[in-house]
Amino acid sequence: MSDYIVDHPILKFERGKKVKFFFEGREIEGYEDQPIAAALHAAGIRVLSYSEKLGRPRGFFCAVGKCSSCLMEVDGRGNVMVCMEPLREGMQVRRQKGRGKV
Amino acid sequence: MKHLFSQNDIDICVVGGGPAGLEAAIVAAELGAKVLIIDDNPVLGGQLIKQTHKFFGSKAHYCGVRGIDIARVLAGKAIELGISVMNNATVVGYYDDDILGVLHDDTLSAVKAKRYVIATGASENMLAFDNADLPGVYGAGAVQTMMNVFGVVPGKRAVAIGSGNIGLIVPYQLLQAGVEVAAIVEIMDRVGGYYVHAAKIKRCGVPIYLKHTIVAAQGKDRVEAAVISKVGPDYSCLLGTEMTIACDIILIAIGLSPLCDLLYHAGCRIDYIPELGGNVPYHDENMMTSRPNIYVCGDLACIEEASTAMLEGRIAGARACESLFGKGSEEDAVADEAAHELEVIRQSPFEARIVSGKKQRERDIIR
Ligand SMILES: Cc1cc2nc3c(=O)[nH]c(=O)nc-3n(C[C@H](O)[C@H](O)[C@H](O)COP(=O)(O)OP(=O)(O)OC[C@H]3O[C@@H](n4cnc5c(N)ncnc54)[C@H](O)[C@@H]3O)c2cc1C
Repeated sequence: MSDYIVDHPILKFERGKKVKFFFEGREIEGYEDQPIAAALHAAGIRVLSYSEKLGRPRGFFCAVGKCSSCLMEVDGRGNVMVCMEPLREGMQVRRQKGRGKV
Repeated sequence: MKHLFSQNDIDICVVGGGPAGLEAAIVAAELGAKVLIIDDNPVLGGQLIKQTHKFFGSKAHYCGVRGIDIARVLAGKAIELGISVMNNATVVGYYDDDILGVLHDDTLSAVKAKRYVIATGASENMLAFDNADLPGVYGAGAVQTMMNVFGVVPGKRAVAIGSGNIGLIVPYQLLQAGVEVAAIVEIMDRVGGYYVHAAKIKRCGVPIYLKHTIVAAQGKDRVEAAVISKVGPDYSCLLGTEMTIACDIILIAIGLSPLCDLLYHAGCRIDYIPELGGNVPYHDENMMTSRPNIYVCGDLACIEEASTAMLEGRIAGARACESLFGKGSEEDAVADEAAHELEVIRQSPFEARIVSGKKQRERDIIR
């Protein structure tokens, strides 16, 4: 877990407890309750899904739950907005390919 | 749908807990209304929760206070006043019989109030260029959220597109978080934001390329570089002036669009006024929309700034109360004072665009 801000001139970050979750089956660490997208970004993962027609890689855009660019498959459920969805222990997170399954 | 709150419980329901919604809620509660705030974030404050810089504005409006601290003050006041708050709750629709559909914990519930103050703010505009969909092309606000709210290093080297206040402030905050800023790119021949913000970032050695725009992002499955180009007098790219700048994030800071969705659902009149941010809800001087039970304020009503958002919120809150409880001197006093302060702020040359947009709407009404 390297890409977290530790020393900041103005801000202090309070983080939840460390949890393990899975990205494409690979175990990763994150902090409970942080948005899934934040945990993935900190772990160096930028590609969250592939577009429907051309299979182009997609990441997040707005990070505040408005643009739907960050939809992923979480615990088998498609179209989860990972910039808002809080991280939980043991979650299975996968890149969504095209439209999500409900 | 489960019924959560009904008209008997709630006088005024405020959608959006940013500075505009919070002020509307606080004023309404102070005037005796039973108020509910619904916001989709875990904490109240809207855009303020990521703004680490000290604010501009007038003395009375938290000038010199950091956005994050203003958010804390307002949220504290709301709680003190006993305002009900639903966090992590998204209003997904405005239904018949004036009912809001609220999604919370994977459950859709109904909320009904006598009056609504909609203060949903705005969303960031996207820009079209080659590979604009590559991961790493982010809204400037998104980058700000990543670093200042989530505490995640957003990237190693950034290029920002747009030099309005957001395009100037977020790069400065990137430097504070230890991220290199390679360039700020602005298509106009002058910086869009305040001079002080521009001066601050220039002092840090960040070049601002005026009369330039982005033509492409490069990279395999993430941003590896930005290609920028000079533009001519008609803003088209001048061939042969392209420059490739290595970076892993590209920030888009070219403007915001009001989040009008709920007002479309409700059938409120929406006008296209570019000076105010594009499609904006019609409202009168009381911040009432074309539907008498719905008020608006803040960035939703016109893309402006936090101090004006708060003042509009005060007017909306007071006038919504007035429409419920009848005309009273207290309501008038609050709304009139806020309206006067708004007028003073809008005399600044930076506000000329807003004033002309508002006038355009008035002309449209007369026509
Ligand atoms: C980088 C940056 C720097 C800025 N600097 C300054 C400055 O120095 N001085 C200044 O005065 N202004 C500044 N501003 C502008 C200021 O932040 C905004 O004008 C102000 O926050 C607008 O307030 P608001 O309440 O209208 O909207 P917001 O603060 O955006 O709040 C809206 C809230 O509603 C929520 N919401 C939206 N839709 C729904 C829904 N359907 N259901 C539930 N909740 C919903 C949103 O998530 C959000 O929490 C800056 C803005 C940015 C981005």
